[in-house]
Amino acid sequence: MSDASYLSLQKLTLAYGDTVAVPDLDLDIAKGELIALLGPSGCGKTTTMRAVAGLLPVKSGHVRLDGADITHVSPNKRAVGLVFQSYALFPHLSVYENVAFGLKLKGLRGAELDKKVRSGLTSVGLSTFADRKPAELSGGQQQRVALARSMVMEPKVLLLDEPLSNLDARLRLEMRTELQRVQKETGVTMIFVTHDQAEALALADRIVVMKAGKIEQIGSPEDIYNRPVSSFVADFVGFENIFPLENGRLRTASGLEELSSQPPSAAGLAWRPRMVSLGTGPFRGTVRGTSFAGDSREYLLDTPLGAIKAEVEASAPAHPLGAELAFDLPAHKAAPLSTFS
Amino acid sequence: MNSNTLARSLFIPIILFLVIAFLIGPFLIIVAASFSAGDTLAFPPQGFSLRWIAKVFTVESFRASFGMSLFLAIGGTAAALVLGIPASYALSRYKLPGAEVIRTVVSAPIIVPGIIVGLALLRYIVVPFQVGITLALFLAHTALVLPYAVRVVSASLDNLRSDIEEAAVLLGSSRTGAFFRVVMPNIRGGILSAFILGFVTSFNQVPVSLFLSGPGVRTLPVDMIAYMEIVFDPSVAALSALLAFLSIGIVFAAERFLGFSRYV
Repeated sequence: MSDASYLSLQKLTLAYGDTVAVPDLDLDIAKGELIALLGPSGCGKTTTMRAVAGLLPVKSGHVRLDGADITHVSPNKRAVGLVFQSYALFPHLSVYENVAFGLKLKGLRGAELDKKVRSGLTSVGLSTFADRKPAELSGGQQQRVALARSMVMEPKVLLLDEPLSNLDARLRLEMRTELQRVQKETGVTMIFVTHDQAEALALADRIVVMKAGKIEQIGSPEDIYNRPVSSFVADFVGFENIFPLENGRLRTASGLEELSSQPPSAAGLAWRPRMVSLGTGPFRGTVRGTSFAGDSREYLLDTPLGAIKAEVEASAPAHPLGAELAFDLPAHKAAPLSTFS
Repeated sequence: MNSNTLARSLFIPIILFLVIAFLIGPFLIIVAASFSAGDTLAFPPQGFSLRWIAKVFTVESFRASFGMSLFLAIGGTAAALVLGIPASYALSRYKLPGAEVIRTVVSAPIIVPGIIVGLALLRYIVVPFQVGITLALFLAHTALVLPYAVRVVSASLDNLRSDIEEAAVLLGSSRTGAFFRVVMPNIRGGILSAFILGFVTSFNQVPVSLFLSGPGVRTLPVDMIAYMEIVFDPSVAALSALLAFLSIGIVFAAERFLGFSRYV
């Protein structure tokens, strides 16, 4: 086992009955990494996570963890923790008993048990809530109990299913910080599943973008955000203007269009709204929609190329609906895409 | 206020009064009759005495049939739960092929008239297979209570998230262990409610038990009918009143401590 493949999925194929959800997945995760599985619903990210936990039987391929093949090890003997999206706290047990649940099954008793439970609760800031029932806690508190309940087991891998999606904006930031802190302090390998690119970008060391059961791109948050390899990833991380490239020209609604400068060789080009220059350029469009977002203003343009989204500084003069504007899609700013679908 | 609106405003209260009188009236008459000092079952009661209530406890056959009814109600309901809890679990947690058919079959004893169930059991089970009456009664009561057990337990299982079982497994529990550690404690209220409902249903059951009676083997309600055919004194009223108060007491306690009405 090398350090880069602490958790290793090898040719993993997962299926529900005869429907293959994930075909032939290969993925290596290093010890202590914080990985995000990112993708729209139905992309296989949750299926993959459940297979790592052992909750879903593997059709073919292998799951290796810390040097051992755990493909057929039952979920209660894997040392893999999972924080459920719904938290899945035991409603009949107090916060204390929830955290003690797994430790008791490990055979811990008395002072040793108490010490571990207390320190688990303290680490998530819930030591004064030990006697409450889960129903008496807020969503954020419930999630921290779920986190403590998994972490006291000292898992080799901690899986988190949409950890921030049920929280409001303020709690999200708090929980994000909390997860990063726990990860830093314990060095546990974490994999979380999310459909929210902002969440993945903010939290992960490495992001695995999935589409239809396959890995579309693996990279750092900067890679994914700035250098998407495919039109799918580009679209997913907010490139709103995406066109295929043919012989150095853009394939658009009006046919092949020449760009103002020589484009790189690629299967397609993608521009974020902010990368579109408004006011000058070879293309013309009519303002069909506009929205003000504090620092910036976004325009939706009707153009011969198709719909174009452009974003400019809010301090720039506003254009009314129906105004005709010149614009440019500067080739040097565009993200080159190696696959276009 | 003219007479028209007066009539209209009295209409609802009068209907309500009649409905309540219709529901509770017979019970009140029986309670009153059981305190009668006279020798025959009559209303209004003649005088006041507790002698018929005292007599209930001295009738030998009442004691035997009360024991039988109690055995059937407790044993039958327990057996129905032993069968019904796993059945409910399977129906609520797994996408079984033909789940709807299973549900319908399980509920059949509620829908099919008791007379027919009793006759069918007698004709096709008891007679051809020479099954003892006590065993036949036990099987019949188990089958009759099963629909209630499945319905009430299913209702509380449906309210319980299934991912807590997966959470328990990932914390080191076996699948079976997870059922007993996190499912059972959370459906305890439903199980107790099913038990009470089953107990009362079984205890008050007449039509099926009517067919399945033998020498010395009778349930209490059937025995009361038999007693009334021979003796027409107020002791049957006294016994009825006692049983009614017992049922009310059980249901009241269940509602008080379990929130019984949530499950039924």
